[in-house]
Formats: sequence, C-alpha cells, structure tokens
Amino acid sequence: MQATTAGTAPDTFTIAGRELRSRLLLGTGGFRSLEAMAAAIEASETELVTVALRRVDPAARGSIVDVLNAARVSLLPNTAGCFTARDAVLTAKLAREAFETDWVKLEVIGDERTLLPDAPALLEAAEQLVDDGFVVLPYTNDDPILARRLEDVGCAAVMPLGSPIGSGQGLLNPYNLRLIREHAKVPVILDAGVGTASDAALAMELGCDAVLCATAISRAEDPTVMARAIRLGVEGGRLAHRAGRIPRRLFAQASTPGEGRADFSG
Amino acid sequence: MNVLINGERTELCAGATVEAAVASLELPAQGRGVAVAVDAEVVPRGEWPARELKEGARVEILRAIQGG
Repeated sequence: MQATTAGTAPDTFTIAGRELRSRLLLGTGGFRSLEAMAAAIEASETELVTVALRRVDPAARGSIVDVLNAARVSLLPNTAGCFTARDAVLTAKLAREAFETDWVKLEVIGDERTLLPDAPALLEAAEQLVDDGFVVLPYTNDDPILARRLEDVGCAAVMPLGSPIGSGQGLLNPYNLRLIREHAKVPVILDAGVGTASDAALAMELGCDAVLCATAISRAEDPTVMARAIRLGVEGGRLAHRAGRIPRRLFAQASTPGEGRADFSG
Repeated sequence: MNVLINGERTELCAGATVEAAVASLELPAQGRGVAVAVDAEVVPRGEWPARELKEGARVEILRAIQGG
C-alpha cells in the first residue's frame, strides 16, 4: 500500500515539534516589491519565510510584517550580515523581541566574497542560543562533521549550503550532502545555491527534508512562475526519494522482454 | 542630551526614555517588527517607557526587512 499512497498521503516533517506540510522555505530577500514577494509566497505554498533586521529607514514604504501576516506564513528571522558570534547572538535576541518567535536561522558569515559560514563562530553562537532557549536552524557548510557538531549542541535542524548564497551554482557536493543526511537525526534543509527547479529536486532526491530558496525565486525573471516551478521540483524530488530510484548501471538493461520475439530469418 | 540613534547624533531631552527615542523616528507603526538595543543590550518592549537613556548612549532601532 505504501507505494500507492506515496502520492496522496500527507508527507509532513517536523522541526522542534512544529509540523510542516510544505517542504519549501522561502527567503524574502531580493524581490522587486512587496507585491512580487506576496505573489511568490502564494505560488510557493510555503509556510515559513525568512526575514532580516536592519536599522529603521523612515523613508521605507509598506511593512513586510503586515504582508507576511496577511499571507499567513510563519516568520523565521535570520542573522544575515553577522560576522561574529557576538553580533549573531545579539541579532537573534533582537529578532526574538521584534517577531515574538524564538526560532532563528543562524548565519555567521566568514567572508564578504563567498559569504561562507565561519565554522567555529557558528558553533559558538549556536551553543549560546540553544542554551538561551532558541530553536536554532544554522546555515552551515556542507561539512558532515560540522553538521554533527551543530546537532550535538542542540540545533533543531541543520541547513547545509549547496553552493554559496546567491551563486545559483546548485549542489556542488552531493556526496557530502548525502553523508550529512545519513547521519543527522534532525531535519536537513538544503540552504543556498539553488538556481532552478532541478537543483531543488536533486536536493530532495538526496534525502533532504526541505529546501530553502531565496534568490533563485526572487531574482528570476518571473518570480511567481519560478516559485511554482521550485515548489514542483521539491515535490517531485521528494516523491522520487520516497519511491526509491533504480541503481545506476554501466550497460543497458532492456525494459521490453526478449522472449517471444518474432523470427524474421529465412 | 545627545545620543546616537542608528549612528546619527540626536538631541533628546534629559532623561529621555527608549520610547522617546523610538518615537523620534516617526515609524509608520510601532508594533510588531521593531526591536531596540542600547549599548549592545536588548531592551525588551515592556521596558521602553521606563528605561532612561544616558548621555552618549548608542541606540540601535531595528525593524524587519526582506532578507535571507
């Protein structure tokens, strides 16, 4: 029965006790307008979207929080732009005040050019925030050992990168992602690097529990259509993972039986 | 009294509170989505009306933007 219900049964996953039906998390950065963001959120069918904190700009028009509330999505504040554990911890605490959630997408960045995580600082910040009661979702390198250490200090999920933020290079090291998935007992969410729907599908085929996608959608020529495409990629990849793919073979294997062929000789 | 609000030197009345500092920015809505740190310490919303600022205090007033 399992094979026949795979397409229709609810296929949820759980982060820190919260059940999520959508396996696509949406980053809100990069949209041309709040309207474009709202349309993409609807097309993506996401339940969880990231937001950032910055200094108040009195000239800014519209409130992203109002738009997100209207879309009935939950907020996942990030610590984007933090280069030290101290700044990331303080930013997470401010986000908890601003958004009344103890969930945080923890980013501690090591370098402006690559925006790659600073592993020691990330682990330090994660440990402090877990101790302070946060539900910590760390943006991490695709390093199986670091992912394990993050889980050990109590992170609620691990979010390895496929490739650098905004690069659209897809999954550069599927092998490492598989190793992370094999070991982790918390959800693995592919974060960063998705360029198009097939990247999201591959992440799910490898066994990731979800995909977080921002730039690939927000900076696509048509963000709404790309949101739908990536949603379908996530769903297709997830189904393929559950269905169990065939092994790769060096040589062909006929799908049509050889027996009973007509004999046209003579 | 001078304080730094989001890096800008700002003159407030002596004994001005965090709430007064937030009000000085004329935010569209002062509800959810705004957070304040004074000298790199979070000031919970409930403490804004009572918490007085000192001369030279560094006040960061942040709000939600698109990101991540």
